[in-house]
Amino acid sequence: MRTEFRLSGSGGQGLLLAGIVLAEAAILEDKNAVQTQSYGPEARGGASKAEVVISEEDIDYPKAMDPDFLLALTGEAYRTYGKVMKKGLIIVDDSVPPSDEISARTARVPILRTAAKDIGKSVVANIVALGVLAGISGIVAPATLEAAVKNRVPKGTEELNIAALKKGFELADAFKAKA
Amino acid sequence: MPSAKLMQGNEACTIGALVAGLEFFAGYPITPSTEIAELCSEELPKVGGKFVQMEDEIGSIAAIIGASLTGKKAMTATSGPGFSLMQESLGYASETEVPVVIINVQRMGPSTGMPTSPAQGDVMQARWGTHGDHPVIVLAPGNVKECFDLTVRAFNLAERYRVPVVVLTDEVIGHMREKVVLPDWKDVEVEDRARPAAPGGYRPYEADPDGGVPLMAPFGEGYRWHVTGLFHDETGFPSGKAEVADRLLRRLDRKVSKNEPVIRDYVTESTEDCEILVVSFGSSAMSALSAVRRARREGVKAGMLRLKTIWPFPEEVVRELSKSAKAVLVPEMNLGQLAYEVERTVGCHAPVVRIGKVNGDLFRPDEIHDKIMEAAK
Repeated sequence: MRTEFRLSGSGGQGLLLAGIVLAEAAILEDKNAVQTQSYGPEARGGASKAEVVISEEDIDYPKAMDPDFLLALTGEAYRTYGKVMKKGLIIVDDSVPPSDEISARTARVPILRTAAKDIGKSVVANIVALGVLAGISGIVAPATLEAAVKNRVPKGTEELNIAALKKGFELADAFKAKA
Repeated sequence: MPSAKLMQGNEACTIGALVAGLEFFAGYPITPSTEIAELCSEELPKVGGKFVQMEDEIGSIAAIIGASLTGKKAMTATSGPGFSLMQESLGYASETEVPVVIINVQRMGPSTGMPTSPAQGDVMQARWGTHGDHPVIVLAPGNVKECFDLTVRAFNLAERYRVPVVVLTDEVIGHMREKVVLPDWKDVEVEDRARPAAPGGYRPYEADPDGGVPLMAPFGEGYRWHVTGLFHDETGFPSGKAEVADRLLRRLDRKVSKNEPVIRDYVTESTEDCEILVVSFGSSAMSALSAVRRARREGVKAGMLRLKTIWPFPEEVVRELSKSAKAVLVPEMNLGQLAYEVERTVGCHAPVVRIGKVNGDLFRPDEIHDKIMEAAK
């Protein structure tokens, strides 16, 4: 089965890294994974999007066609990509106001606040989000994702990022308990 | 023991180059190719190679030609705007028979275009961008593993035929990461240019007029030879004689045209009984394959031909596979470039449908699927 993820927000939020880690975790579990990206010419800011396709089978088309999961960390990303969501679940930061134009199932999760307040570093919002995405989707085992995070984050920040990931898993559990 | 890795296309090109024996990289960073320069700057010094960031792309290709003349395997990487600047020296490398590899990670053009968006608008520039008839080989990877394979092959072909070889990828393939299992380095076949045995009596451009490849002596090892972009005789010195010019240009052309059957490289799927043949390459072919598979599941006899060698164009393959086709579809991220060759080759046997996309986005499979269904009606 093909599972498609779209991670969207603004440049500099680390969504590309989150996508890479997710794809790498899938490969560690012997699945096929492809990660692609699209971004503007700016070094920071501007719309940014990473996509990950995970499958047990051969993946021909590398991009998301009808995402199973959309992560949106900014209002702009939510409005742009939320509108085209059909079967999948939207996971949006709870600071983003809801929109009448968007009808897909939506989980509102305090990703940015958790990173800034609970962890004390807003830069790890991407890893909190990754924990939420993996926790809700169940696409990879938590231990695999931990290993993948350790592989890809800068040396010396492993502990911080693992703490952020675990907070993300907790947020996912809280959502699943309610749903 | 080879293991599966998550790897980016640009990274796979770089590793392929290193496995093939890259010793010198000169380049000027440009999106979406920059990761190649970055990785070369990290890896080349570790193996005793040299990395030079040049002032521009004109200097970059000139530098790799110079390095190759000293016997080193040399490469540069760029995108559309830089590739345009390299055209003059690309012709120089063809005329002087200096093996070089150029990786062009295509982005939307013309001009500065859309730096971070994919396109395939350099198909014709890669063949005809420099003036005059000239031999060139252009390879087009269709996934990350092929970025590795075809960069190795680019070096091997460059060394074997003493021609510039272009690896034509695009932003999607260059930046895409996927699961890749690379072979053990020592199992990869690597070719080196044929060298003369000793300096005495060396005639640098002596070769069989029917596409022969002369022996190449490295500069700095006692050989005296002259290199010029002017037409030259077997000694390497300029000649304005009609028969000399004619003999040289025909020999240069024959090096590639005569060997087309061995340079040829392609992949097919479901072409045995296909009525709708889709011909594509690079990232467009990923969308096309998805569309062909869906059409097959829906009972339409669609088939896929994906070219890994674009130039020389594999006429015989296209002619053969399109014989029983009702229509030939050519999806590419330009307004129809490969399609010219397909049209010329298929002739009046079947209608050739150009499917061009030029908005900076990769094809969605349904866009190609729709055209397949239309053609199947």
